[in-house]
Amino acid sequence: MITLQVNGQPHDVDAPPDTPLLWALRDVLGMTGTKYGCGIAQCGACTVHVDGQAVRSCQLSIGSIENRPITTIEAVGTTDIGARVQKAWLDLEVIQCGYCQSGQIMSAAALLAHKPNPTDDDIDAAMAGNICRCGTYVRIRAAIKKAATA
Amino acid sequence: MRATASSERRGLSRRDLLKTGAASVLLLGFRLPQAHAASDTFAPNAFIRVGDDDIVTLVMPQVEMGQGIYTAVAMILADELDADFDKVVLQHAPPDKAYNNPLFGVQATGGSTSVRAFWDPLRKAGASARGMLVEAAAKQWNVDPSTCRTSKSEVIHDASGQKVGYGAIAALAATMTPVAEPKLKPAKDYTLIGKPMKRKDTPDKTNGKSKYGIDALPAGVKFAAIAQCPVFGGKVGSVDDTKAKEIKGFRQVVAEDDFVAVVADTTWSAMQGLDALSITWDEGANANVNSAQIWEALRSASKEPGVVAKEVGDVKSAFSDGTRYDAVFELPFLAHATMEPLNCTVHYTKDACEVWIGTQVIGRVQEDVAKAVGLPIEKVTAHNFYVGGGFGRRLDQDMAYRAARVAKHVDGPVKVTWSREEDIQHDVYRPVYHNAVSATLKDGKIVGWDHRITGSAVIARWLPPAFQKGVDIDAVDAAIDQPYGFPNLKVEYIRAEPPAVPTGFWRGVGPNNNVFTIESFMDDIAHREKVDPVAFRLRHLDGNPRLKAAVQLATEKGNWGAPLSPRMGRGFSCQNAWGTFLATVCEVEVDESGEVRVHRLVTAVDTGVPVNPDTIAAQLEGGIIFGLSAALFNEITIENGRVQQGNFNDYRMLRINEAPKIEIHLIPSGEHPGGIGEPGTASAQSALGNAIFSATGVRLTRLPIDRAALAGRKPA
Repeated sequence: MITLQVNGQPHDVDAPPDTPLLWALRDVLGMTGTKYGCGIAQCGACTVHVDGQAVRSCQLSIGSIENRPITTIEAVGTTDIGARVQKAWLDLEVIQCGYCQSGQIMSAAALLAHKPNPTDDDIDAAMAGNICRCGTYVRIRAAIKKAATA
Repeated sequence: MRATASSERRGLSRRDLLKTGAASVLLLGFRLPQAHAASDTFAPNAFIRVGDDDIVTLVMPQVEMGQGIYTAVAMILADELDADFDKVVLQHAPPDKAYNNPLFGVQATGGSTSVRAFWDPLRKAGASARGMLVEAAAKQWNVDPSTCRTSKSEVIHDASGQKVGYGAIAALAATMTPVAEPKLKPAKDYTLIGKPMKRKDTPDKTNGKSKYGIDALPAGVKFAAIAQCPVFGGKVGSVDDTKAKEIKGFRQVVAEDDFVAVVADTTWSAMQGLDALSITWDEGANANVNSAQIWEALRSASKEPGVVAKEVGDVKSAFSDGTRYDAVFELPFLAHATMEPLNCTVHYTKDACEVWIGTQVIGRVQEDVAKAVGLPIEKVTAHNFYVGGGFGRRLDQDMAYRAARVAKHVDGPVKVTWSREEDIQHDVYRPVYHNAVSATLKDGKIVGWDHRITGSAVIARWLPPAFQKGVDIDAVDAAIDQPYGFPNLKVEYIRAEPPAVPTGFWRGVGPNNNVFTIESFMDDIAHREKVDPVAFRLRHLDGNPRLKAAVQLATEKGNWGAPLSPRMGRGFSCQNAWGTFLATVCEVEVDESGEVRVHRLVTAVDTGVPVNPDTIAAQLEGGIIFGLSAALFNEITIENGRVQQGNFNDYRMLRINEAPKIEIHLIPSGEHPGGIGEPGTASAQSALGNAIFSATGVRLTRLPIDRAALAGRKPA
């Protein structure tokens, strides 16, 4: 049994320690906001925060992050930055199918936590790991800037 | 989402479904707790339910896969119904012919048809229901219905100062007789249509609450990973599960003739278990198929006689004179790579079956699952979800058919999730196309045009009744009705099914190929004639005022003709397809290594009545990115009967750091609404190719772009 600290709550997970956090969240804890997209850290759909850093949960075994604080899309709105990002996403109507957007929002919130006023290059660097197949990039960029100044 | 009304298993008739509709489909619950089934005191048609609790529920005939259709459909219904838009509740439609797409005769979302096809039926449904509510209120008040008006879910009688909410009058309205042809609002009275409304589905997409098919978690669900033979058409030989059994969480192996699945406690354990299996495949007849053979066969087929899809004037005589130009254009296989990998969850018991899936064809899912498990269709309950990208892939239901066959061997519900590699290597691919096109000019204008299109007939497989006289109406779409009004025109279609590789619809469908061909060729001819490419097109657009206006606006906003820096190029493309008139200017930079940087696209569009203008802009932005991704990076290749690409490392997607600026300019229009999901994709590819020519002088006749040719290291 491995104890994960997800969104401020301890959760006991009965799964092998090499299980990626992605699948523990989705299949064991039933927290399906974090998405599977590629399984090889190429698309960013599974992005969550561990110790405040944006990480790809498909690559992070639960055995390696026991007791470290994990934030998922379900709770990112409880932080000021997360709430600002969510609002900007809706104000500019960024979202289309939405499947990648959990990961986009998590990456954007982590970016703003570290760089409150990101440049275009900062946005490129932080967000290039998140693929959006619907092509919402133009609005993602604008929404990050809006969230930064909100 | 886990709760299911037990009545669903009893097999309801269509009439029952319509009567109890609200209870038998999943409630999205934008304003209500999910357990609260919408009441349906007044259910005048398949789309509208009014409860005595004052809740207006709208049932969505088309699925939401990002195109904003739930909001657009709700706006159209609510406008004619005069429902309070802030308070309407939306539901996914169940499988039912009442929700068939009028353009297909199938319950399907695709082909940029939703608003085009449902514009009239939805307005009539809304107006008819409104009429019945007014009749009821007037009867209750003993006044003339024509003296009543409606607003925000209320009937109002100004003369007496009386008003009644739709909920309070719903029961009486249900006893009124609907008018066959209700009077529709004039455009000036629209309260919603044409205004940029916030989408109904997006708030829950910012916080993880939205459910896609892959998020279904019925109680007790187990998780499965699946492997089909890497060679198309191959079969399972033998399976040794000795090592898989050692994986913690492993439950069982399901081996059918064409796939193997491992069921486990988590998707991860299932994937690990699948990897640990030792499978021998009987690769079958396709084990030696490769891309070179496929291209050779396609080019060879292109020399065969075709079926005439369209003939205007006398092409033969036209070509006996004037300046002649010829060209060949080819497009590759493409995978869909929806962000949500294919998946389907099925719970089979011996006398019933329940399915959870995000699909563009919920009715066909229900039918195929019934076939797979050997139950009558009415014993299969199918729940639709938000779709995490469709792009045409989810117009097929192979994932549901296979999941049902897994479920038949599993005690309890099982979710079958395809790995990204499985998803890319077992797609239904955008077909390879070959185009031979010729034109002849007199006095600077094209007087003869001959276009021979060779490729797979997706329609023949997907909608056989629509495949008539050997012509695939999708493969020739936007070619037989090209925008330029050439006096002599011939379009031929040669059906050539690629060996081994299954083909399907892909965002932009047939027009992707035809617009790329026509617009690349028009550009080519203009340059050879030393005429500005836009001016050359305008010579041929006098009979097409809507497109002409789009061309003029796009070129004005896109700085057509302004000076360019070295290595920069500006390209143009225009089209009318899906009932939408659109023109695009694209600016690119090509470096010495042949790498292309797309700087900016400016698109002007006339898509008829713009139901939700912001969604139109979003769809064009996204469609353009989708087209650029394919044109810049994507080709599925085949070696030894198998797809060589497998994930985003070798099937590359455009990323934010590579994305151009995009500007959309909407032309006001009162015409019938056109389609908007696909036009941007078709437009971007030819605009890009023409911009690359402008920058480099290299005419690309194939996609994806060839960087070696752009660097001058080899011919294009």
